[in-house]
Amino acid sequence: MSFGGRLSVVIGLFVVAAGFAVWAVVGFMLPQPATVDFTSAQPAGAPVDLTVQTVGSIGTGFGDHPTWVSYLVKNPQGQWVHTTAWKVPAHTRINLTIEQFDSGSPLRNQQWGRVQGTLGNVEILNGRPVSVYDSNSGNGVGHTFSIPTLGINIPLVGVNPNASNVCSQAPCSSPSSVRNIIRASFVTPGPGDYPWQCFVPCGLGFLYGNGGPMSTVGYMGGFLDVVS
Amino acid sequence: MTIDTGQPTSQEVTEPAQEEPRHIWRMVAIWAVLAVVLDLLFYFLVGPHVPPGDMTSAASENQDDFTILFLIALPVMIGVWVYMAYSIVIWRASRKGAPEPVGGPQARSNLGVQVGWIVTTTVIVLGLFVFGTVELVVNAGSGGGEGPNPIWTPTSASVLPVQVIAQQWKFTYRYPTFGGFESQQLVIPNGTTIAFHVTSLDVTHDFWAYQLSIKADANPQIDNVAYTTTRQAGSVTVRCDELCGLWHGAMFNYGSVVSKTAFNIWAKATERATAANTKLLPPFAWTYVPDANGADGGYYPDNVDPYSNSEVYGATPAKS
Amino acid sequence: MTLAAEREAESEVVYPDPTPPVLGGFQGLPARPGWFSQHLGTAVIGAVLGYLLGHWLGNVVGSGYTNVSNSGSNSIAVTGGLLVAVAGWLLGIGAVNYPLAKLVGMEPRPEYESTSWTRYLRYTADHKVVGLQYVIGVLGFFFTGGLLAMAIRTELLSPTSHVFGPGTYIAIVSEHGTVMMMMATSVVVGPLGNWLVPLMIGARRTAFPRVEAFSFWIFTAGYFVILSALFYGGFPTGWTGYAPLQTQAGVGMMSYLVGFAVIGLGMMAAGFNLAVTIINYRAPGMTWSRIPIFVWSILATCALLTLATPTLVAAGLFGILDHTAQTAFYVTEHGGSSFLWQNLFWFFGHPEVYIMALPGFGIVAELLPVFCRKPLFAYKVAAAGMVGVALLSFFVWQHHLFQSGINPDMRPLFMLTTELISIPTGFIYLVGLGTLYKAKIRLEVPMLFCLAVFFNFLIGGVTGVFLSDVPVNVTVHGSFFVLAHFHYTIMGGLIFAFFGGLYYWLPKMTGKTMNKQLGKAHFWTMFIFFNMTFFPMFLIGLLGQPRRVFEYAQNLQALNDFASVSAFLLGASFLIFIANFVWSIFIKPTPAPANPWNSLGLEWQTPTPVPYYNFERIPVVLSDPYHYSEENAPAVADLGEGELVTTGASSPASVAENPRPPAPGVETTR
Repeated sequence: MSFGGRLSVVIGLFVVAAGFAVWAVVGFMLPQPATVDFTSAQPAGAPVDLTVQTVGSIGTGFGDHPTWVSYLVKNPQGQWVHTTAWKVPAHTRINLTIEQFDSGSPLRNQQWGRVQGTLGNVEILNGRPVSVYDSNSGNGVGHTFSIPTLGINIPLVGVNPNASNVCSQAPCSSPSSVRNIIRASFVTPGPGDYPWQCFVPCGLGFLYGNGGPMSTVGYMGGFLDVVS
Repeated sequence: MTIDTGQPTSQEVTEPAQEEPRHIWRMVAIWAVLAVVLDLLFYFLVGPHVPPGDMTSAASENQDDFTILFLIALPVMIGVWVYMAYSIVIWRASRKGAPEPVGGPQARSNLGVQVGWIVTTTVIVLGLFVFGTVELVVNAGSGGGEGPNPIWTPTSASVLPVQVIAQQWKFTYRYPTFGGFESQQLVIPNGTTIAFHVTSLDVTHDFWAYQLSIKADANPQIDNVAYTTTRQAGSVTVRCDELCGLWHGAMFNYGSVVSKTAFNIWAKATERATAANTKLLPPFAWTYVPDANGADGGYYPDNVDPYSNSEVYGATPAKS
Repeated sequence: MTLAAEREAESEVVYPDPTPPVLGGFQGLPARPGWFSQHLGTAVIGAVLGYLLGHWLGNVVGSGYTNVSNSGSNSIAVTGGLLVAVAGWLLGIGAVNYPLAKLVGMEPRPEYESTSWTRYLRYTADHKVVGLQYVIGVLGFFFTGGLLAMAIRTELLSPTSHVFGPGTYIAIVSEHGTVMMMMATSVVVGPLGNWLVPLMIGARRTAFPRVEAFSFWIFTAGYFVILSALFYGGFPTGWTGYAPLQTQAGVGMMSYLVGFAVIGLGMMAAGFNLAVTIINYRAPGMTWSRIPIFVWSILATCALLTLATPTLVAAGLFGILDHTAQTAFYVTEHGGSSFLWQNLFWFFGHPEVYIMALPGFGIVAELLPVFCRKPLFAYKVAAAGMVGVALLSFFVWQHHLFQSGINPDMRPLFMLTTELISIPTGFIYLVGLGTLYKAKIRLEVPMLFCLAVFFNFLIGGVTGVFLSDVPVNVTVHGSFFVLAHFHYTIMGGLIFAFFGGLYYWLPKMTGKTMNKQLGKAHFWTMFIFFNMTFFPMFLIGLLGQPRRVFEYAQNLQALNDFASVSAFLLGASFLIFIANFVWSIFIKPTPAPANPWNSLGLEWQTPTPVPYYNFERIPVVLSDPYHYSEENAPAVADLGEGELVTTGASSPASVAENPRPPAPGVETTR
């Protein structure tokens, strides 16, 4: 074989090995959640209905961390899926319904008890409008749905942890489970990836409660993937 | 064993001895021209646009400092590069007629050159130190975080305190002189000296208001103060500058410097609009004691059920 | 003592057979040749068994804890697994055979020199084998980190759309930084330091050959430990590992903490061994003013390795305890301090920066005289500069913390010490420029790399002065400006010097010649694309982009894309090196001349391959090895039997007439 031939074999093999290494690292060791597409479920311009739930532990059916708290989303086919990356159309009204199955606690920063960035700066908690929720009262706030770059913050009031029918493992689909239903609407901005997260330190067993599910995309944070 | 240096050993170079050019003077001439031209070009063309601009006193002072350092650094770098380029061109072995090098003691050291070099670098370095210290002290910390008890403070009689609360992964701002309301937005008045009090509710963050030239680490239970005086209205980019976990890259927001009137209107309006929430916030303090555990079932075994009164920013135990 | 008397005394010394030192094993047991003896394979088996044992043990201990059952992640099991795996790795390779044999009262079995290639897979006391093992080891580290760097640049192609998720991105950034920093601490000391120092000072071996082999094998264990983080989901702190984010992180953090502890042990071992070797194993006549300047740089580096690294290991231990035993060294709310880690880490971290700079200076200063055919200018200033940098480096660490609120009133002091350190650093430029003056510059591949070091490090060093100025630091701290600055010093300085050193010494180390055309192609692509990658980052940082972010301002996309594309091309330039290395060493080797660069260095005067004990007779050193282009230069060394190392500038006849010139005034005492 010529010098050039051997050289290309060496370089070619190296490129293949390097590509394989990066693929293995990224694709296998550090998996990312799949994106659920809500853009084609209804005609263009029509409001998009987005239904999500929060649950105290994701359970064994959804991956490696059964004890972690998590969001789930109902895909256009009506199944609960474990992902936090949602593709929605730009400049469109999103009608968000959040079924909160988790119990709550006082907020680290009561600022996140204020509803902001939604239409009318209110959320509808079990049918009643709320604009500020005192997290030190009642059952506290379990989680928030917040998109910091858009200024959107929706506190999710916790359920009574001592109720007899608390659903503590995903997916919570029994109609009898105790829940708070929070509705809010907002209008998506122009295209882009907008990170969203929860501001309640709900990562049990991690310092400041912000490790684990709070620090892993797919559990308590993800992307609103706005496309035109 | 004998090492061959690769030079002709038997016959000597037969060319007539030439007058050796004055290499050093040639280099100095090239250097002087380049240094002056490039320094002037930098000063007039680039200087006014050097980041972070001149929106505040700190920004404009830091812009001046950067410019001055660059004007000093450029001739130094050009000096080394001119010397290297000249050496490679003139004394490379492949050039025809290059003189043979001469070893021996005179090539091993030169007291004048060595002492001159050391004295020159020392003078530059000490000059830079004095310059930097004066700028730091005179400009009240130049916008950097000065810890909880700053000794270099602004002379202005009225200072507007703004508290920056960092948490994973968002900055919020409290205005103690307006009833202690908390806002997701940073709005500050123009022509005013601002004291930023930066603290954190969890891990270490860093408050970097780019156009204001403010940078201060946020640590739990530490009040890190940084001063500046605003000079122009405009938009401000705030970024977290200390790696703080998953959403570090998304921990940014935009603030604004507005006229004093507009600021007062905004502050009063926000104070009213957020009054319901402000009542629920903890009393204003320079630092807060966050709970290290987070929600129930925390990290430390002594505090499985958290949220005692004293331990959480804004929390009292749930009444159930 | 006169030279003649010295020779007299030398001749009475009876040299034993060049028998390798005793390595270990048990004399009472039968020899186990081949696959049944200890090698890389048994080390892997030991590590796997150790991991399983440690992990099981950790689960037994920790699974009942509330935080473990709540979080579902057991730091104790991972720590246990990693620590016992490292122990198993060392047991498997045979690192503890000698002490174990002594403990049970058996005489260690002597192991004789092996010429088989398999000695490179074994625990060996030959510093030349360890050096070549290190070459492969650090290149493996380096290319792993390089691949991760290209993954980072891929993500930064777009300001808002993402190739990786933010968690993956932070994990890649952290892994890249940590792998590269671990590599850089050993990149010169390990391969070139171990291989060259004994030869350069006329010694037959290093002071502690077993410690030397230990440093290499624990270094490789560190590689696997730090890579294991990716299996645990990575760690989010970057290479600086700031607590309390460190304490909050998941089990991937344990790979970082254990990995740095393990690498730290290797660094201390390597530094200790070479420092003692340099101090005690110099040949007769190898006075402090005659040792090659590279050895000075290694000595200064070794001082830093042995003195600064314990701080890191201790800080890491606190971190491990915070994770496993739930102490609170770094948690303010429970009596610790988030500042403690920053202080401890940078107290190690800044000397470490010079661990990564000094050997590069040493290589450059060592190579310049050879390719300039002139003596090193201001040798003593160069040595003083290296020692001065090493000393001052312990007094500058808080310049990393100018905006942190730690000791704010001390900022002028740390600004002063930081700027002072540019004085001894500048000595290297004095030495380099003085050597270039009226020289005969041969632009061979190693020389090109040396000149590039002067070019790159100047940019890195001058921007360091910008960073040390507290007011300017407000803008540039924590931004891409810092990132560009330290890549210019570490990659532009140390890594360029390392590759220059490899091109220079590989012909000696392997006996094979590297292809010159490919070498030049490698140099020019690496040099150009390095500058194209990192120079824009100064601007990116000044325009407001913080480090380690996965999203940035739209207006910075053009600069970021330029840097990214250049980074891919920079990565590709290393393919030329790999091709050259594989081709010239393995596929079609060309024997190298005995002394291809006409160096006077003692290391070039030995036969190739170098015998197990380096020198048949201990050389007597007569002068420093920089007497190039000097009339009637003194001989450099007497290798015995009248074999003198001379410059050849004086008439060859005089050597023939007088094989042992008296070399007046030569001191042969230490």
